[in-house]
Amino acid sequence: MGYQGIGASVRRKEDLRFLSGKGNYTDDINRPGQLYAVIKRSDRPHATIDSIDIAAASAAPGVVKVFTGADIVEAGLGGIPCGWQIHNIDGTPMAEPMHPVLAVGKVRHVGDPVAVVIAESRQDAKNAAELLDIAYTDMSAVANLTDAVKPGAVEVHDGVGGNICYDWAIGDKAIVDGVFANAHKVVKLDLTNNRLIPNAMEPRVALGDFDTSSGDWTLYTTSQNPHVIRLLMGAFVLHIPENKLRVVAPDVGGGFGSKIYHYAEEAIVTWAAGKLRRPVKWTADRSESFMSDAHGRDHVSTAEMAIDKEGHFLGLRITTLANMGAYLSTFAPAVPTYLYATLLAGVYKTPVIYCNVKAVFTNTVPVDAYRGAGRPEATYLLERLVDVIALETGIDKVELRRKNFIGVDAFPYQTPVALQYDSGDYQTTLKVALKNADWDGFEARRAEAKKRGKLRGIGISTYVEACGIAPSAVVGSLGARAGLYEVAEIRVHPTGSVTVFTGTHSHGQGHETTFAQLVVDQLGVPFDQIEIVHGDTAKIPFGMGTYGSRSLPVGGSAMVKAMDKVIAKGKKIAAHLMEAAVEDIEFKDNTFTVAGTDKSKTLTDISLAAYVPHNYPIEELEPGLDETAFYDPKNFTFPGGCHIAEVEIDPETGVVEMVGFTAVDDVGRVVNPMIVEGQVQGGVAQGIGQALMEACTYDSDGQLLSGSYMDYAMPRANDIPGSLSVATENTLCTHNPLGSKGCGEVGAIGSPPAVINAVVDALKEYGVRHLDMPATGAKLWSIIQAAPSSGHTPAMAAE
Amino acid sequence: MAQVTLTVNGKQHTVEVEGRTLLVELLREKLGLTGTHIGCDTSQCGACVVHIDGMSVKSCTQLALQADGANILTIEGLAEADGTLHPMQEMFREHHALQCGFCTPGMVMTAVDLVQSHPEGLSEKEIREGLEGNLCRCTGYHNIVKAIAAAHPLMHAQAAE
Repeated sequence: MGYQGIGASVRRKEDLRFLSGKGNYTDDINRPGQLYAVIKRSDRPHATIDSIDIAAASAAPGVVKVFTGADIVEAGLGGIPCGWQIHNIDGTPMAEPMHPVLAVGKVRHVGDPVAVVIAESRQDAKNAAELLDIAYTDMSAVANLTDAVKPGAVEVHDGVGGNICYDWAIGDKAIVDGVFANAHKVVKLDLTNNRLIPNAMEPRVALGDFDTSSGDWTLYTTSQNPHVIRLLMGAFVLHIPENKLRVVAPDVGGGFGSKIYHYAEEAIVTWAAGKLRRPVKWTADRSESFMSDAHGRDHVSTAEMAIDKEGHFLGLRITTLANMGAYLSTFAPAVPTYLYATLLAGVYKTPVIYCNVKAVFTNTVPVDAYRGAGRPEATYLLERLVDVIALETGIDKVELRRKNFIGVDAFPYQTPVALQYDSGDYQTTLKVALKNADWDGFEARRAEAKKRGKLRGIGISTYVEACGIAPSAVVGSLGARAGLYEVAEIRVHPTGSVTVFTGTHSHGQGHETTFAQLVVDQLGVPFDQIEIVHGDTAKIPFGMGTYGSRSLPVGGSAMVKAMDKVIAKGKKIAAHLMEAAVEDIEFKDNTFTVAGTDKSKTLTDISLAAYVPHNYPIEELEPGLDETAFYDPKNFTFPGGCHIAEVEIDPETGVVEMVGFTAVDDVGRVVNPMIVEGQVQGGVAQGIGQALMEACTYDSDGQLLSGSYMDYAMPRANDIPGSLSVATENTLCTHNPLGSKGCGEVGAIGSPPAVINAVVDALKEYGVRHLDMPATGAKLWSIIQAAPSSGHTPAMAAE
Repeated sequence: MAQVTLTVNGKQHTVEVEGRTLLVELLREKLGLTGTHIGCDTSQCGACVVHIDGMSVKSCTQLALQADGANILTIEGLAEADGTLHPMQEMFREHHALQCGFCTPGMVMTAVDLVQSHPEGLSEKEIREGLEGNLCRCTGYHNIVKAIAAAHPLMHAQAAE
């Protein structure tokens, strides 16, 4: 076995159980005496609930209980809380309407939970749910952003005028307007960011359990952050103190953001388990996931860049409508503001920026963070706009980017939109990506493709994102209702093995491996003597979970800090045992040494002495070797890089084939290169999905049209190019002890504009300036057919 | 309720099932073989793929009653009794072809059948086409394709022994 510390592509510990069918996902857990919950959901987008007759359902075979919104109200439960409060331009707080656990009086989107049937078997519950007699009076609905803000549009929530949740801005409008008034040229682009459904492969599951002897509740749930669920559900919804409530998130089958949030079903099963004094389990059908998991993206924007004669960016002005859906999900208000607008400088030294964001309620599923969360929207907008500027000025698109880049010597760089980037080298990631993608050889490939009747295009995206969230004081001042530090406990056992308790959560990221590598590196403990524990509030002191690529930069940094404490205490014990001064003790490779001597003690010697303190400085030191650290980051981290996509379009069908993709990312220090590559590959696949095929679609009345895998196109193996090249060119984060920036989202952030830029490039002979995602075959075929320069006359017309 | 008798991972079981019980439900709920997963309700994700009489089948597309008399292999039965991984499992680990692990059992069972039924070899394109019925949201498929290509010679060398 070779070196297994930082920098080694150690094969994953968790794989053995996943590959043998021994994973322990929430739906694999069953409790004795368990009941099954089935949720009756609204099949209409907007209606008053006139009556709910539960008599027939309640009398159906196997049914134990039916609950409706009235029962929740009577029990005095709270609504589902929102974790962020954004303020309007005028300083007033955002509109924050009640988000009920079960609908009361009205339903506001297809999928809104109305009642829950709890029965001895899932089939009994399903059968009985069909017997619920719910009388609705349909109301008109608003399904999309532009309809929702039209004068006279129906209100999703009574009293929320114009359906505006908030009207927020960043930047000085007067200054930016002034720059635009005097600019050489202004380039304007209207664009949308398509609505997506995250689609982690494991549907959500929640299993509530109540211990009748202790009076404690346990919730097993598919969550990215069990402590956050305990806090939100316990304090705001069920009013259960933390000491009586345990939340377990065992193996979780992917999240991508959709499993951050506190969902109604978690509260329902936990509450019902207490009421019925039996465990209650709910497992989502995939169809339910489509209409109840928080969706992602869904922006409509207008972007304008003011430029000088040479193409230098002088100012950026943006207005964005962001869809919140029918209710505010946990992170939702933060996504189009502090995770989007603050990234609008991108990798460019644009001196002034103004962005106005209106968050809008619609009769659709709540929208929240999905892989990248705000940064993909910012990157897509900027990188499309830059390509349009190149088109309209005739400046080469690579040269235009280069001349506007923030220089490598400009860090720390204060952007005009609040963030301060600590490090980066955009020229280098660009240079390496151009080389890896053989950018210079592209025109030959285009010509060759043309001979085969194919339209070949190449597209580039240079980006920066913010992750490692987040400094608590900063986010607190911006409206976060929580701190975003992370927690680690390092327990060195008496015989020297180590258990790490981390407040982050692994749902595919491989923390059991990478976090063990940190311990190998810092404490010198062998890899197979290290256990990583996550996902259980009863075991782990506290934690904020995994999202925003924070686990390594924030959670890993907490581990480093806790291990520093272990070493510091170990040095004191070693000094005592070796009768030396503490200042003379050095620690390296699992061994404490008295400097300049051959006297040494292993970590195991020290841990044994700590737990068997016969010869021990007991007056000064407590026994034991178990240290906890809370790490609050000093700043965000700023991964970035360059993505290049190459496509071929068949003009006869409009179908796009991805023929190449090159990513060169700067993710800071890499702990496990194999895992980083996998994270980027997966992110790129999701970005390609967004760019070419994925579209959550509602009809104009608010009915969900893409409600299953038959209607929502997911990328399959054949949609991803075989020539997918992933590399890193790293600069270190300057403010965390690991120097790591995070790699979970870069793939999904950098890739969509690269793909669309390539598609637009392929269609340049048809005069295409812009097209909205997804670039489906049908859409491109129509564009090609409609283009005046089209050599592809429609077959009908030709006849 | 009706009775169904079937062999799963070499062990014979006789179980009472409702007529509407799906094979995947029988495996997960009656036999406790939770390695086979349910990722959708339209038979499109492939998380529930098992082998029925040597062929890969989505176990959500069959009623349990249809499996009467069948010989079924699930992910739990793929490794050797002493825990030695099947070459496909080994190559998935070696090539980091799994992240969250949820699609993995179905993906591995599909891949084993794909390789077994193509002793002549598989091109990258054929592997990708062979995965048409399996969704993965984490990996972008890149490493899954690599793992299957790497497992092909190992599996056929083993079969030739």
